[in-house]
Amino acid sequence: MTGKALTNSELPGQKVIPIVPQAEGPSGAASPDADDAVMVSLYESQKKIYPRSVSGLFTRWRWGFVFLTQLVFYGLPWLEWGQRQAVLFDLGARRFYIFGLVLYPQDFIYLTGLLVISALSLFLFTAVAGRLWCGYACPQTVYTEIFLWIEHKVEGDRSARMRLDSAPMSLEKLVKKWFKHLLWGMVAAWTGFTFVGYFTPIHELGMEFFHGNMSSWEVFWVIFYGFATYGNAGFMREQVCKYMCPYARFQSAMFDKDTLIVTYDGARGEPRGARSRKADPAALKLGACIDCSLCVQVCPTGIDIRKGLQYECIGCGACADICDTVMDKVGYARGLVKYSTQHAVEKRWTRSETLRHVFRPRVLVYTTILLAVSVALMASLALRTPLKVDVVRDRGVMARIVSGGRIENVYRLQLMNATESVQHYRITVEGLPGLAVASENLMTVEATESRWVAVRVQLPYDAAPAGTHAIHFEIAAQDSPAQVREKSVFIVPR
Amino acid sequence: MSDFTSNFWSGYVAIITVVSILACLLLLWFSGRAKAMTATDNTTGHVWDGDLREMNNPLPRWWVWLFVITILFAGVYLAMYPGLGNRPGKLGWTSAGQHQAEMEKGSKDVAPLYAKFAAMTPPDMAKDPQAMAIGERLFMNNCAQCHGSDARGSKGFPNLTDGDWLHGGAPEKIEETITQGRIGNMPPMAAAVGTPDDVKNVAHYVLSLSGSPHDSLRASLGKAKFVACAACHGMDGKGNQALGAPNLTDDVWLHGWGENAIVAMISNGKVNQMPAQADKLTKEQIHVLASYVWGLSNGSKPAAQ
Repeated sequence: MTGKALTNSELPGQKVIPIVPQAEGPSGAASPDADDAVMVSLYESQKKIYPRSVSGLFTRWRWGFVFLTQLVFYGLPWLEWGQRQAVLFDLGARRFYIFGLVLYPQDFIYLTGLLVISALSLFLFTAVAGRLWCGYACPQTVYTEIFLWIEHKVEGDRSARMRLDSAPMSLEKLVKKWFKHLLWGMVAAWTGFTFVGYFTPIHELGMEFFHGNMSSWEVFWVIFYGFATYGNAGFMREQVCKYMCPYARFQSAMFDKDTLIVTYDGARGEPRGARSRKADPAALKLGACIDCSLCVQVCPTGIDIRKGLQYECIGCGACADICDTVMDKVGYARGLVKYSTQHAVEKRWTRSETLRHVFRPRVLVYTTILLAVSVALMASLALRTPLKVDVVRDRGVMARIVSGGRIENVYRLQLMNATESVQHYRITVEGLPGLAVASENLMTVEATESRWVAVRVQLPYDAAPAGTHAIHFEIAAQDSPAQVREKSVFIVPR
Repeated sequence: MSDFTSNFWSGYVAIITVVSILACLLLLWFSGRAKAMTATDNTTGHVWDGDLREMNNPLPRWWVWLFVITILFAGVYLAMYPGLGNRPGKLGWTSAGQHQAEMEKGSKDVAPLYAKFAAMTPPDMAKDPQAMAIGERLFMNNCAQCHGSDARGSKGFPNLTDGDWLHGGAPEKIEETITQGRIGNMPPMAAAVGTPDDVKNVAHYVLSLSGSPHDSLRASLGKAKFVACAACHGMDGKGNQALGAPNLTDDVWLHGWGENAIVAMISNGKVNQMPAQADKLTKEQIHVLASYVWGLSNGSKPAAQ
């Protein structure tokens, strides 16, 4: 029993939950003895990480993505398309405008398609290149990068920030901290404002803001989204990736030994150790790693890449950048920490050998499915009829006999015009001999509007036996080739 | 609340709720103080398949605060809103109350609109697309169930578009019909008319009034017997709107056309009812609705066309 060593000595009166199994297991050697066992809390305190700023190839790539994604995010709502905002999700009117496209709630299948494509792209991308999404394009990384940059400008680099945090409160500290939070708050507020600008026309939103008459929901969402940005990019940072992000947890299912990851070349680096710049490492029996620990200092999730692949690693390549800088300085070859695959490092593959292993069944299957779904979505979007029709039999009248003994059924048709111009639709009906629309059959529907119309359909006396008959409505746009065929039933009373 | 005869179950629910929340809090407090033992290499000592070792990956402490926040939220919620048994909560919120408040807000929002319509005459309103759009929606929600969405009715339910009115087609009369409802009563008249053959003759006379196909010999025989009907339908068969007696000469057959239908009507009579809408709709709504219905047979087209 390993538990008893601790219950009596240092923690009198405190309950101990032994999560160590009994030593007499089949693999008793793996169980810790009382000597090397430690007592830990059930919860872990967050240790603040002070990532050191870094420059290099991968950092430039990351900043490239920061600019690209944020240019799109902050810029898109200001883009105009004809008389309206180019991208606008009008939840109140249930119309979703994406450049030339007007989508109705009935088009939700396209959103599903888009999400399926996004998921498949992520699968494919992860299988080939690991967590490049996490390291370069994920909003969590992008906003953390922006907030870190502000922090760096205001408070200084890693060591200065650590000093400032451990220093007692002073005027300088107060000013720096307030200034940082002010800048963070401005970026966050602008982000929240932009986010709401996708749902309320952003020019109107700006006017409402200046006149102080934003609706309570708009205020709520600006604050909510702004606060989420502020909290996640300013405080939560790597905690989001480690504890909240589901993708970080299930991506191991898409990893294999040919997946691109940030690797440390242990065979070349070990045994690590400090040495004088003039010393010959071979003579000292040392590897290329000079154990400067900079790769740990720059890591935004605070891990040591030299311990191998860890689930916290977001694949940002900061350690690779800093290590290359160090290697240059000490005059060793670059690439001690680099993007590579587990197989490539183990088997010392060349670059072309590594690339050849990109084409493996997993990747090919993901690619095929992704292409198929993308083509299907594009085709269905391109062939989409910008007219939707619902045919509903009248609630009140089953059938009536009108002058001349004709049988009349009444239908209500909902015509939805999914174009941005006024449309005229001709309604015809078929399915029984002599069946015809008896009411006004040319309907006008305003741009992006929908309209219910009552349609009377008549059948000559004795043209069909009593009972229910399948019929079809044909609704044809007069100014475009859009045409819809909808089925319904015609009832002849006994 | 009158769900139960005593307050026992309410107290039972309240106690379970409070005890459960406190138990969660207690659990968090204890787990925050408790310690667990791990090896110095941060493994738990659990080994599977010979070499698969379980690492100790504890939950971050801030996560616990999220639990605490949910507990605080529960406390505030239960204080403000109903949730603890039948305790109504400080805000006194009820779903019925919220519905009431939203309805009141809705009527307040449209009040200026209805005030404008109340000052307008039905012929003016029939030309106003906004009034007709509102009228159409009112009609669809309240009238179309019987009169059909095209307002042309069906057997037993009058057509409102044909200019033929049982109780009068003036806007005020339509408003009166909607507000108070109508009961149309055709008494069984077979005994007053005479033998079944007489009834048949009267039926043919009635058919002849509108020029419908009929047996002219029977019609001429029936003419004398029609006196029994004339009290309500008039000697000329043109009906009487004050009584709701239909015009028999206009070839509009609410309860069916032809000899059999007319014979059945004379023999059995019929009571037909239009329910009163005064409790369902406001005076202003009825004003707009009556204008819409008036417009159907007086040249206005349904709104959005």
